[in-house]
Amino acid sequence: MKSTLKRAGYSKVQRQMNDVFIQFTGRVIFLIILLFSVNMFLAGHYEPGGGFVGGLLAASAVILLLIAFDFETVRKMIPINFHLIISIGLFLAIAVPTALYFFGVPFFTHQHTYIDVPIFGEVALHTAVAFDIGVFMTVAGTALLIVSLVGGMDD
Amino acid sequence: MATNILPMLPIILPFFAGVIMLFMGKRPIPHRIVSAITSALMVGISAYSIYYVYKNGAMVTFISNWSAPFGISVVYDMVAALLVLTTSIILFFTVVYSFQSIGYEREKYYYYPMVMFMITGIIGAFTTGDIFNMFVFFEVFLLASYVLITLGNRKIQLQEGFKYFVVNVVSSNFFLIGLAYLYSITGSLNMADIQIKLSNYDGNLAVMTLVAVVFIFVFATKAGLFPLYFWMPGSYNAPPIPIIALFGALLTKVGIYAIARTFSLFFQHDVGYTHQVLLLLALLTIIVGCIGALAYTDMKMVIIYNIMIAVGVIVVGFAMMDEVGSIGAMYYLIHDMIIKGALFLLVGFIIYRTGKNNSEDIGGLINSHPVVGWTFFIAALSLAGVPPLPGFYGKLFIVESAFLNDHVIAAIIVLLSSLIVLFSIMKLFINVFFREPREGLELRDIKSDKLLFSAVGLVVVSIVFGLSADFLYPVFEMAAESFFDPSSYSNYLMEVE
Repeated sequence: MKSTLKRAGYSKVQRQMNDVFIQFTGRVIFLIILLFSVNMFLAGHYEPGGGFVGGLLAASAVILLLIAFDFETVRKMIPINFHLIISIGLFLAIAVPTALYFFGVPFFTHQHTYIDVPIFGEVALHTAVAFDIGVFMTVAGTALLIVSLVGGMDD
Repeated sequence: MATNILPMLPIILPFFAGVIMLFMGKRPIPHRIVSAITSALMVGISAYSIYYVYKNGAMVTFISNWSAPFGISVVYDMVAALLVLTTSIILFFTVVYSFQSIGYEREKYYYYPMVMFMITGIIGAFTTGDIFNMFVFFEVFLLASYVLITLGNRKIQLQEGFKYFVVNVVSSNFFLIGLAYLYSITGSLNMADIQIKLSNYDGNLAVMTLVAVVFIFVFATKAGLFPLYFWMPGSYNAPPIPIIALFGALLTKVGIYAIARTFSLFFQHDVGYTHQVLLLLALLTIIVGCIGALAYTDMKMVIIYNIMIAVGVIVVGFAMMDEVGSIGAMYYLIHDMIIKGALFLLVGFIIYRTGKNNSEDIGGLINSHPVVGWTFFIAALSLAGVPPLPGFYGKLFIVESAFLNDHVIAAIIVLLSSLIVLFSIMKLFINVFFREPREGLELRDIKSDKLLFSAVGLVVVSIVFGLSADFLYPVFEMAAESFFDPSSYSNYLMEVE
């Protein structure tokens, strides 16, 4: 890719792009998108949303950073291995439904309980959330892995 | 009953194995151990499942505990049980075969996890009782197979992989369209529920013929039936041998299974049209397959065209939709999965040993490899259908059923095709093992104990399968029942309501 561009005379492409506006706003918007993706993720239990959309949004936040900075910088900011994220996500997605057999119910049947947490009051604990975290991680990890591989960045 | 883990276990296990291997990273040796143990476990579990289903009837589990017509149900009946056992056996032998043949680089780049994910999808498609869920599992194994067909990045693989990808994406889209038609007509996606609704409806169901045609298009593409087989010889020729063995033995058979399932359950109102079309396509497939098998001397190509012949023969059996035909088709389906796997593994051994694909370039191997030679001979006889071997019984029932239903031409074509199968495969046998060795033929020094173990092992499985045909008859009768008597499949729904 790079050499093709070079041959075509686009040697400037190689240089580090330093757009102050996108870098500054990117850092702010990154957090906003991440928060929104968490919001989407948690909303998914009763309303439209869920792990898949949340995961894509989280990935898009990181991709925004990739556009603003280069891969090395982002790697320093977020030192996570995408393979590991996918593995953990898939593991949660299969282990949680399987573990539900211990409750004596069929595959995927969700279980929930309520606990009292000091400040928040009554909080619902739900196995579907754990499964959805798995979906979230798998989708986010896959999207990021694809972008980083297609972008020619070897991890 | 509802919380029985047994019907889900063949889906959960390979998925788990794949995920565990992803955690291990690029380390082939642990991958080998995990995948071998998993596939051996699956053989054991699915063998026990057959016994369990035989004693207690179909196992049904309702995923998420949503009761039947609304949620997804997994119906592990005898058909599914037999297919899952065969899949596990082939998986086990192919995985062992891969240790010495697939190459370290491919193993490093997640070959085994992808095989496991593909098996998850295949077994899911076999066991699910929900037609939309079947579509999802089709996608699961297709995604994994896209990776497998291009893994290694050779030019031919990318070229054929792209063709394979486009064909399958198009046909999957049509699958989705067909499902949408079906849902808008019946208002249900549970296969048993659709069957009950359609059989209780006494109005005009001509529109179902449209759905049948869409489904023929989709599954004929997946199974490689006549006009839509064009992608198969090229795509199956491209990847390395263990992957071809998995594809050839399993992927087309999923298409056949889907044809048999949907046509027995949904399209019973206008059998004169839909099943005639199916029969015609099957016969044309046999003829084209025969031409291909005669035309090539390339070992892989001959066997790939033999897959087409077998697909045609099985679909002839299912198109009859009577008891004899279904038993024959079911038996031949299982037989063909085993023997195609075995033949690909044997041919693969010869290719790895000599480095030649074309049987014309090889000769006189019988001196250095008598065991392989005679195993190949037995496998060839079994493929053609010589009596004590399993191919015979399947074809016997299929031909008998064709004569009973006055499809004399179909019966004759099936019979003649066995002669051509025998000729094409004997041509390979004589070229490769007899004759004088060709000039410049050097045998490569490769480690081959595991290659031989799995190739000969699968042939032994096939022989045992043939010799125990009488003993297995009640099992196959039970399996075929859900095809020729669809209400027996949807019985489980009655128990719920």
